[in-house]
Parts: sequence; C-alpha cells; structure tokens
Amino acid sequence: MSDSVATEKALPSSAIFRIWRGGNGGGGFVDYNTPISSGMVVLDAVHGIQANDANDMAVRWNCKAGKCGSCSAEINGKPRLMCMTRLNTLDLTVPVTVEPMKTFPHVKDLVTDVSWNYAVKKKIQKFTPRKPDAADGTWRVQQADVDRPQEFRKCIECFLCQDVCHVLRDHNLHDEFIGPRFLIYTAQLEMNPIDAADRIPDLKDSCGIGYCNITKCCTKVCPEEIHITDNAIIPLKERVVDRYFDPIARLFGGGK
Amino acid sequence: MSTIDVPLKNGGFGSTRRTDNWWIEPLVVFFCYLAFIVYSNWAVFQAKDYHYVGNGADYLSPMYSPMLTEEGPVAASGLTTAPGPAPSFWPRFIPFSPAMLILVFPLAFRFSCYYYRGAYYKAWWLDPVSCAVGEPRKKYLGEKYFPLIVQNLHRYALYFAIIFIALLAYDGWKSLWFTAPGADLDSPRHFGVGLGSLILILNPILLSLYTFGCHSLRHLVGGRKDVMSDNSTRKKCYDCVSGLNKKHMMWAWISMFYVGFVDLYVRMCSSGAWHDLRIL
Ligand code: SF4
Ligand code: SF4
Ligand code: FES
Ligand code: FES
Repeated sequence: MSDSVATEKALPSSAIFRIWRGGNGGGGFVDYNTPISSGMVVLDAVHGIQANDANDMAVRWNCKAGKCGSCSAEINGKPRLMCMTRLNTLDLTVPVTVEPMKTFPHVKDLVTDVSWNYAVKKKIQKFTPRKPDAADGTWRVQQADVDRPQEFRKCIECFLCQDVCHVLRDHNLHDEFIGPRFLIYTAQLEMNPIDAADRIPDLKDSCGIGYCNITKCCTKVCPEEIHITDNAIIPLKERVVDRYFDPIARLFGGGK
Repeated sequence: MSTIDVPLKNGGFGSTRRTDNWWIEPLVVFFCYLAFIVYSNWAVFQAKDYHYVGNGADYLSPMYSPMLTEEGPVAASGLTTAPGPAPSFWPRFIPFSPAMLILVFPLAFRFSCYYYRGAYYKAWWLDPVSCAVGEPRKKYLGEKYFPLIVQNLHRYALYFAIIFIALLAYDGWKSLWFTAPGADLDSPRHFGVGLGSLILILNPILLSLYTFGCHSLRHLVGGRKDVMSDNSTRKKCYDCVSGLNKKHMMWAWISMFYVGFVDLYVRMCSSGAWHDLRIL
C-alpha cells in the first residue's frame, strides 16, 4: 500500500448531498444519498447523482482539472470549484450543501448566468501597445517587468472572487463596481510595460475601485491563489492616489 | 442598485450556509484591538512613570517619545522623573498627557494601514464580518466616498511613522548610556546594557519590519513604475519591501503589542514594581 493511500482519510461508502434544485432563483434543497469512494471530488458525486437519481439536474463543468473555471458553486456555503474540492476535506457525517453562486442571475439548479462578467470586460480599455522598440515591429521587455502581469494571467475566470465579494454579493453594486476579477485584469494591462493606455480615471470612476474595502475575501477563494488584493487592487489604489488624492504627487504629474 | 437580477435575498446579518467556525477570527481580532485600545488609553491617562531613571538608566516609554515637556525633578523613589507641566496652549479643563500629542501619529498610521483597514472593517464594522456571511447594513459607501475616502492619504501617515522609527532608535541608543547610580541626570554617562536597553532597542526593529512592509511604500519605491528592471537599486528596494509586505499582517500585530509591552516595562520599573536587570 503506498503512503498516499495509507494516509488518506477513510471515507464512508455513501454520503448525503443537499443540492439546490429549481430554476430562475426559485426552488429548494433536495437531499441525495449517493455512493462515494476515495479520491472523489464534489463534482464526481454530483455527476453520480445526475446519472442515477436526477437526470435533469443542470450542472456546468468542462475540464474537471481546475482549469476551465466552469464548475464554480458554493459548497457548505463557501465559493469553490466543485472539481477541486475533495470529499476527504469535507465533513461527511452531515449533508454537504451544494448551491449555485449567489451573485449572478440563477438559470437552473447549479447553473448561473455569468454573462454580466463578459459585459464588464468589454468596457475595460483594450491593450494598447506603445510604438515598437525595433524596426521589425517588435518590443523588448525584461522578465522581471512582466512577472507582475503574469501572476494575473493565471486567472481561469471562474468568477468565484466576484461571487464572494461583498460589494457585489451583499450590496448588488454591479453597475458601479467591476469586481476583483476585473481589477486584476485592469492591473494586468496597466502594469504591462508595453501597454500605453491610461485606465486610472476609469478605475476611480466607472470601475469603482473605491468600493473595495480590502477585506480580502476574493484572495481567500481564488483557486489559482492569485494575490488579488495585495498585488493588484492595492497597487491600483495607490496609482489612483497618485493621480487624484496626493497633492505632492500631483505636483509631479500624478503618476502619468 | 444593480440592474442585473440576482437571486440572493440579503438574508441579514450573520446569514450564511458556512459550516466552519467563521466567527472565531473576527472575534479574536475584535478583542485583541480592544485590549490594545484599553491598555493604551490607560497608559496615556497615567501621564507619569514613563521615564525610568533608576540605577542611572535612561529608558523612555515609546508612547511618550519624544519627550515633549520639560522634565520635572527626579521623584523621591529615584526611579522616575516628575512629569513636566502642560504646555500653555493646552485647555485647562482637559487632563494633559504628552502621549496624546504623540500617539495621534502612530494611530493615524495604523488606522489607515491597508492591513488594519481590512481587518477592522470586518471585526468592528462587520462589512462583511466574514466572507460569504450576511451584513447588518444595506447601505454601503466603501472607501469611494467621505469619510473613508480619507484613507487614501495613508502615505502621509507613513512619512511620520518613518520619523518615529528614527526617534525610537535614538531612545534605544540612549538606553545604552548610564550615569553612576543616584547621580544627576546630566552627569557623565558610560556604556552599559540593561534588560530594558535590549527591550528598547528591539522596539524600532520590530516597527521597521512592520513599517517597511507598507503597501504605500511598496508603491512609492517602485510599484508605481511599469518598468523597474532599468534601475537595479529601485528593483532591489521593491523586492525588499515586497518581501516584508508578505508578512505585513504578522509584523503589524507583533509590533503593536510590543510597543504596549515596552511601555509596560518602563512603567513597571518606574513605579518600582519590577527591577531592571543590569547585564553589563
Ligand atoms: S478585497 Fe475588495 S474586491 Fe476583494 S472581496 Fe474584498 S471588497 Fe471585494
Ligand atoms: S481571480 Fe481567481 S477567483 Fe477570480 S476569476 Fe480569476 S481564478 Fe477565479
Ligand atoms: S470543471 Fe473546469 S474548473 Fe472545474
Ligand atoms: S499598508 Fe500597512 S503600514 Fe502601510
């Protein structure tokens, strides 16, 4: 018996999953008792239930490897990827609740309509390269300078950070705040050494960066472990300060 | 309000489907802040026992540094000096403590620190009390509007905090110089080390580990630039600050409680409750 198997917590042979069923925000929880085995993740159990007990249950997934960002849900009240939540990390002596993300319009069962996010992304100023460095139309950049934007490129657009952010979740400020996912997207463009566009006025106004109160829930739920608050949002807040709030920095051009 | 139709009915304060003990962390943070606030208020209103001069030492409490008032004579116990008179501009009906004029600076610094902000918005303001847990209030202004928009001036508090590190480092240095026991305060001093000296010297070090990991400093030394590789000094500074920044929360807590402890040590020695151990 290999070590990894030996240290694995012994799982019961079945577990109860309390899954949200219904459409367009309506519905309620239904309990399903389903067989489980070691190594399984929540998405496996949901698939088992779909195959055996509830053929009409809607669930979105794609890669089962934590890379497509489709299977976002709330498991025991926490925003997580169903395919990356192993059953041996959950307490299976009580029902495991699985429900759709709460910050987006509900479609059916575990599926929500995340298209608001795509609309938000369109509003962000596109990548705008500066004049090429070389005659052949190419640029020269140092790895050290692209380390920062590259962290943000790990994003799989699961929108779990958007789901947990209280500005959207509790205060429904979807029209005034773009949310952590798009603050890191803006940071990725703003910090890119080749990009020449200026998104600072938008950050302050239409993006609503001031609504973020740096409580870091986005960072806690990110499956890619991107330091959303520390490495993207706070640095952007500081750039906004340079431009709009710091009288001395303004004398020197306000970070332009 | 949003034009997109979200299903969540704001369930009210504390509503969540989370099954873990999410309330422990905000509760611990709440009581730790409370403990520090209560202690520092008490220490401020003591307005005495902040300068230990027993056995020829010169230990000044960080909550009363720099020495703002003219120092009174050495008390009969020989352990501390009498507090000086209030400055003439001070209104008579408010009890005076030099610590009031001093503590506004570190207070403004910590109050506007990005880490503390996130922590007390949760633990004190419940906005949100914990992730994916319902909030008590519907209205939300964040830091976009007055009053919290003022937090954007954090870097100015940082400038003062750096000055204070220098002042406290100077106090640490002074704590290494002793007069002959019982001699006049301005008689010649010789090098020595007491337990208090070590305690006083560690203080600016811990404060530096906190202060030099500041997010605003990280921005100012390099983060504001898209290209840092063209200036190796800048890049090194940025990497240093970034390294400390990763542990900013830890240093914030350690340095805060340590300042309280240094004050307590000086206070206990000055009142005669503890005896400073002379090492050298
Ligand atoms: S840190 Fe800001 S963006 Fe992230 S969840 Fe909190 S309020 Fe939202
Ligand atoms: S930042 Fe993280 S949590 Fe947010 S969408 Fe990207 S991968 Fe998901
Ligand atoms: S199915 Fe692709 S991330 Fe879970
Ligand atoms: S961010 Fe914490 S001290 Fe500046």
